[in-house]
Amino acid sequence: MKIQFTACKAVFLGACILMLMCRPGWTASPELLMATTTSTDNTGLLDYLAPHFTEATGIEIKWTATGTGKALELGKRCDVDVLLVHAPDAEKQYVADGYGINRQPIMYNDFVVIGPKSDPADIRGKTTKAALNAIRASGSRFVSRGDDSGTHKKEIALWQAAGLTPPDRESWYIQTGQGMLPSINIAAEQSGYILTDRGTYIKYAHDKGGNPPLIIVVEGGDMLRNQYSVIQVSPENCPDVRAEKARAFSGWIAGQHAQQLIDGFRLLDKKLFIPNADQ
Amino acid sequence: MDFILQGTAQALDLLFSGDPETFSAVAATLTVSSYAMAASLAMGIPLGFALGHADFAGKRQVRLVVDTLLSLPTVFIGLLVYAFVSRQGPLGEMGLLFTLPGIAMGQTILALPIVIALTATAIENTDAGLRTTLLSLGAGRRHLLTGTLWEARHAILAAALTAYGRVMTEVGISMMVGGNIKWHTRTITTAIALETGKGQFATGIALGLVLLAIAFGVNAGVSFLRRK
Repeated sequence: MKIQFTACKAVFLGACILMLMCRPGWTASPELLMATTTSTDNTGLLDYLAPHFTEATGIEIKWTATGTGKALELGKRCDVDVLLVHAPDAEKQYVADGYGINRQPIMYNDFVVIGPKSDPADIRGKTTKAALNAIRASGSRFVSRGDDSGTHKKEIALWQAAGLTPPDRESWYIQTGQGMLPSINIAAEQSGYILTDRGTYIKYAHDKGGNPPLIIVVEGGDMLRNQYSVIQVSPENCPDVRAEKARAFSGWIAGQHAQQLIDGFRLLDKKLFIPNADQ
Repeated sequence: MDFILQGTAQALDLLFSGDPETFSAVAATLTVSSYAMAASLAMGIPLGFALGHADFAGKRQVRLVVDTLLSLPTVFIGLLVYAFVSRQGPLGEMGLLFTLPGIAMGQTILALPIVIALTATAIENTDAGLRTTLLSLGAGRRHLLTGTLWEARHAILAAALTAYGRVMTEVGISMMVGGNIKWHTRTITTAIALETGKGQFATGIALGLVLLAIAFGVNAGVSFLRRK
């Protein structure tokens, strides 16, 4: 009896060890590494594009989704090879500082302010400036990413353009420190307004079966344009960067095929991003 | 309430339909936790044994340090490892950032104090008469060591399980060092964090149940090994 059990245990342990050995091995990653904003990941755009890129170039791409601020920081520290971000002013500064090369605009959509259907601050259809002033005056909840992302940078710029100091500790102002979709969900729970990009909002509306609790209340105007660009991390600043692969990605996503794919990426029959690499 | 039932149904579906995303996260979780456990047991059991068995000056102080390290917050470990393995950090050349070995490194730091402290306690708690008995049976130094270890094996196994539980359920290190990269470094816990953030509660619950199922499997395996 005892021998039987020992044999049994030996087989069990052997099986465990075998299972461990069958896993794919650890290798230093030869793939292209990208840091991107949460919107391109949360909407599913990259999941949709990545296989096409790999098919066209044979390069596997991995991406980590963070705010644009952190993405730029990852590039500065040489931890990624290429960036897909949306904060034009910060990007231009980044390239001017020698951290990135070959900044290439690839697509855009626009920012929108979304809020509860009841619209407590009564801002529907107003300009951004009037809307932000009304939100502040009425003390309606406003949810901010608060994470130095492209959307957060834009929000700060909008407060300033409205002639207001960006709120910080005000009781109606909530800073989540999280990505776009998590922040929208928090805004929905708190019945607050939030600035978001149209692509992520469409994805959110799609997830809620086309009937989301938050609706678009403010849209339009040049201020709200949201341009996405691809930037290669500078090989001069980072000698170890996989520059060839980064250039391949940059060229591919600005190319005709990828641009058509972006154009075809729709949810609820709406385009999430509008390609504009040719402009 | 709906989404809890929905999550349970979805969990079964994810497990039995062989959903590739789920299995990629399960594989990532098992990989990092196996390597972290192998490393922390290989280092922790001898160190814990020494700490519990030997008498040396400063033993109480060492114990105090080890016990303090039990409360290391995972995000702090994540931050430390991140600083070290970032390409500009001291270990940058190894290219460990955003990889499973990078996460495993952090989780080893998490598990090591647990293994050391619990092993030391286990050794201290072995029957005081054991030493005399072994010596009276003519045991040499080597036999004394192996005898004590054998006697404490169940408590050491429990230490390993405790550490395993901590490593499996950890999210801070995996998120910061791993970057939550789909198909590569997305573990079950970072996937749950992501799905919850996206408001996909059912998927989150499903993944949580998958994690529980794995924990159950591991414990069932250990309980089988312990049966006398």
